[in-house]
Amino acid sequence: MIKKFKESFSINLRTLIARAYVRIVATHREGSWIFLNGLTGIISLASYVYLYRNLGAKKIYEGFVIIGSFILAFWINVLWSIASQLYWEKLSGNLRYFIIAPCSKMAILIGMSFGGIYMILLRSSFVLFLAFFVFKTPLKYFNPLLIFLTFFITLFGLYGLGMAFSSLYLLWGREAWHLSSLFQEPIYAFSGLYYPIRVLPIFIVIIFSLIPLTLGLDAMRQCFYGKEAEGLLNVYLELIILTFLSIIFIFLSYLSLKKMEEVARKKGTLIERWQ
Amino acid sequence: MYKMQSRDKRYMGIDYPIKTVDLKRFYGKICALNGVSIKVNEGEIFGLLGPNGAGKTTLIRILTTLLLPTSGKAYVLGYDVEKEYREIRKRINMVSGGEEVGYGILTVQETLYLFSQFYGLPLKETRKRISELSDLLDLGPHLQKRVSRLSTGLRQRMNIARGFINNPDCIFLDEPTMGLDVESSINVRKFIKRWVKEKEGKTILLTTHNMYEAEELCDRIAIINKGEIFACDTPKGLKDLVKKEDIYEFEIKAKEYETKKIDDFYILEKKRLEGERFYIKIRAPKNIPFEKLIKEIRKDNTEIISFKKIEPTLEEVFVKLVGKSFEEVERE
Repeated sequence: MIKKFKESFSINLRTLIARAYVRIVATHREGSWIFLNGLTGIISLASYVYLYRNLGAKKIYEGFVIIGSFILAFWINVLWSIASQLYWEKLSGNLRYFIIAPCSKMAILIGMSFGGIYMILLRSSFVLFLAFFVFKTPLKYFNPLLIFLTFFITLFGLYGLGMAFSSLYLLWGREAWHLSSLFQEPIYAFSGLYYPIRVLPIFIVIIFSLIPLTLGLDAMRQCFYGKEAEGLLNVYLELIILTFLSIIFIFLSYLSLKKMEEVARKKGTLIERWQ
Repeated sequence: MYKMQSRDKRYMGIDYPIKTVDLKRFYGKICALNGVSIKVNEGEIFGLLGPNGAGKTTLIRILTTLLLPTSGKAYVLGYDVEKEYREIRKRINMVSGGEEVGYGILTVQETLYLFSQFYGLPLKETRKRISELSDLLDLGPHLQKRVSRLSTGLRQRMNIARGFINNPDCIFLDEPTMGLDVESSINVRKFIKRWVKEKEGKTILLTTHNMYEAEELCDRIAIINKGEIFACDTPKGLKDLVKKEDIYEFEIKAKEYETKKIDDFYILEKKRLEGERFYIKIRAPKNIPFEKLIKEIRKDNTEIISFKKIEPTLEEVFVKLVGKSFEEVERE
């Protein structure tokens, strides 16, 4: 029993590291990507900063935008590189080799997520520091431990949701880019990326709080700006909800992967290229 | 890394590394496999020969645990494909032709490392296997090249190395030389033959619609069409099915050579090549000795310059069994 567990743990850990390695290598091999992507990030961010300045909004609104933009990059990565990834793997012909391998498919997805986090963390940190430096936006508080905890739990939830989506995308049988677009656009408006979520009607807040981006962002802002951030709930309560959501998403991703494989074996078309 | 135990258990009473019993698979109302029963021996290269849409890939998908059968049973290395698929996955691998596996941004070496880790290979072992396989497949000079910069032939060789990286007990090759040029195909076939010969107790199931490939590689071949196995034998055994008479081609030197019936031999074709040199094609019933034919030809001071025996092709076997050629079946 212990031997079997050790064997299984070893294979899944190796799988996780190897799959993360693909994205880490890609990040460094195409280093200019970080710079160029970061630069375009700063430009789109600048438009909101100058908009708030022209409107005479409070200075911390600029901080909202910067933090929002930092977290948004992870959400886009979740949609286009985690949720859609099994679909891309199917098109490239890799998916069937993932399926027939003895490793857990969850290990592959977690590896992808770690690789994605590394990739976006480099890019977004570059944007974050450049933005605070260029726009000289003040920070009220700085509690590194709480910031790290909030950030970590938000990513846990976001990537957990992405992993759950990855199998669902295949099960729904839709083109991945349509689904990603569908999830991307409304989030810009309703997750409070550019303003406090409190300004929206409560039913919208509740619905969009199911996406960890909304509460994670709200909690992050509170970590930096305290009460001035006009947070939705107490940070610690938000972290508890986020942790709960993350566990559900991870469990859901395990179930949906299992279901996807079951349906694929029955129907014979789900994981095959061009079908 | 998983330890292979399948051989020790002698396939748990199943006796064959691959065995299917009355295997059926339907896609809706379309029947892809209709009662396929095969038994593949250990150490054998077993071929499935049939036109596109014959059911070869469906059978491979079932045996590699990608697809469930509608009914019937299939066992790989003694494990049931339906219930014990996890055990099978530890011990097998698959290579399909015409695929672009991996990631363009990775090098060949990194790609092989990636796939080896899905099987839990320790790094030292991975390095050793990559080195071995790259020697055998002549990939050594290309290990540091990015996958996106490889030619089709090199990419397929990398794909083959990927399939063999976990040293599987049983490997499934689905049209492994599809889309390759002649030289690459020869190299791949050489590698497959060498692998099964050098490694003890390995089994290969190969699908192809290339008659030459099937004949060159396979110890036994099953001819499949519309989901049914029509015959299963060695290449020679299959050819014997259609070989009621022997066909010979001669180049002879004679003053004149009449087209005529000579006892039990029939001249099928005759043409003058140059001056007194003629080409003749003769059909001889199997029970008549070859010496008698030679004697008949040499009559009237005829000199034999060269001759060869014409063997029936697997295409002819297929036509005899199915009633149509590959092309005709694929056109339908």
